[in-house]
Amino acid sequence: MSSYSTNQFKGGLKIMLDGDPYTIVENEFVKPGKGQAFNRVKVRNLKNGRVVERTFKSGDSVEAADVHELELQYLYNDGEFWHFMEPKSFEQYTADENAVADAKNWIKEQDNCTVVLYNGAPLSVEAPNFVELEVTETDPGVRGDTSGGGGKPATLETGAVVRVPLFIDVGDKLKVDTRSGEYVSRA
Amino acid sequence: MTDSGRVWQPAASIEALRFRAAVLAQLRAFFAERGVLEVTTPVLSAAAATDPQIESLWLHDGSGRRWWLQSSPEFHMKRLLAAGSGAIYQIGPAFRGDEQGRWHNPEFSMLEWYRPGFDHHALMDEIEALWALLAKTSTSPWPRYRYAELICEATGLDWADACDARHLRRALEARVGRLPKALDSGGLLDAAMSLLVGPGLGHESPCFVHDFPPEQAALARVEQGHDGHAWARRFEWFWCGQELGNGFHELTDADEQAQRFAADRALRQRAAQVDVPADDALIAALGSGLPACAGVAVGVDRLCALLMKAEGVSSVIAFPADRA
Repeated sequence: MSSYSTNQFKGGLKIMLDGDPYTIVENEFVKPGKGQAFNRVKVRNLKNGRVVERTFKSGDSVEAADVHELELQYLYNDGEFWHFMEPKSFEQYTADENAVADAKNWIKEQDNCTVVLYNGAPLSVEAPNFVELEVTETDPGVRGDTSGGGGKPATLETGAVVRVPLFIDVGDKLKVDTRSGEYVSRA
Repeated sequence: MTDSGRVWQPAASIEALRFRAAVLAQLRAFFAERGVLEVTTPVLSAAAATDPQIESLWLHDGSGRRWWLQSSPEFHMKRLLAAGSGAIYQIGPAFRGDEQGRWHNPEFSMLEWYRPGFDHHALMDEIEALWALLAKTSTSPWPRYRYAELICEATGLDWADACDARHLRRALEARVGRLPKALDSGGLLDAAMSLLVGPGLGHESPCFVHDFPPEQAALARVEQGHDGHAWARRFEWFWCGQELGNGFHELTDADEQAQRFAADRALRQRAAQVDVPADDALIAALGSGLPACAGVAVGVDRLCALLMKAEGVSSVIAFPADRA
């Protein structure tokens, strides 16, 4: 089992705390004029996203978390699990709903996603920043209105609902920003 | 980028390096005007600081002899004082292993000076005068807080409870979150100072903290206070939440100094730390007579960074450790 000393701490390092994997967000070395030195860190729990502050004695070691990121291709959803594949090795990974979370609103087959693996299993899935999805349901388009003013809800092929301009019709392909969940343009 | 990932350019801007040079010139002019002699003492020494919280660096020469890189010029400068130098100062490099962060670099510039006949309060007065020159403004007199008073105010404990590890841990964890398990009451006081008290100090004007617990005396004298407790005659200088300087009304008693070195080495042995030879030349100098004096060490990089309102020392160090 590998571990890190506090003097290896830096943003992005993955460590185990109380049985959960965390990523270091911020690391500050502090020391009084005479006396014990500390590393004051902000860490984010990779399971629930919560950020907490922790303090370590400088020189202490912390267990490394078996966490790494892979670019995986989304294959399909079997109703319960989401299946991904590493495009070079063809190795497949199965993610549950917890891991896929918000990404399930945006991804469709063959999209490349950033997947965080913890002990070899998907812990979280990040959709591409921009996706192109077809509109499956919306009120009829208002011809000639290209102002983008106003707007209406549109359901996309993945089931996600976004606000779109009035001229958008069923069958249009849209570019959507998955981080904000907002319509960008017609694709 | 080089093969090892190092950046060749300096971390500090040329403008910042000009500012730094101007500060150094002002420091030298300040001491010259006051008749304080500039000295140069060895960077490589046969002995080192025994303080268990200081990791001195070392190197071996071709003959296999071990040389310690000084963590401060204190021991050599006290030998000069004992030899009759009178008031002296030095600006030079100091080294501390494993100290790296926004406000720390393992190699840093230290300004250290000694004033025979001064006590620590007289030396604090001189720091106020020096700062007024550098900052081109005067905010004197600065607050001088007692260590115990600050700890009590920040934790809501009285001093007796603050010295109790269980009470102090509970009060601290309620304020700063979980702390490492293996901390004795001394370590918890260090946490209180570093995490809770220090960051809030010196924002309106710089300030001093003085009268430290005797366990933190280092090389300062310990005296009975009006409250009946023994306090170390030490002070720390804070500005913008950063500790900038560390001053002592110096211990001159050779026997007590030898005992403190021995106690430090015993602690190091118990913690399986590197053994450090105590400086017997310093003990001999104290034995022959160190004049009563006060001395202070100031971090020049931090001072320059704060004068420039920068966010860390790398903005005033040409090549910090990651580019050295």
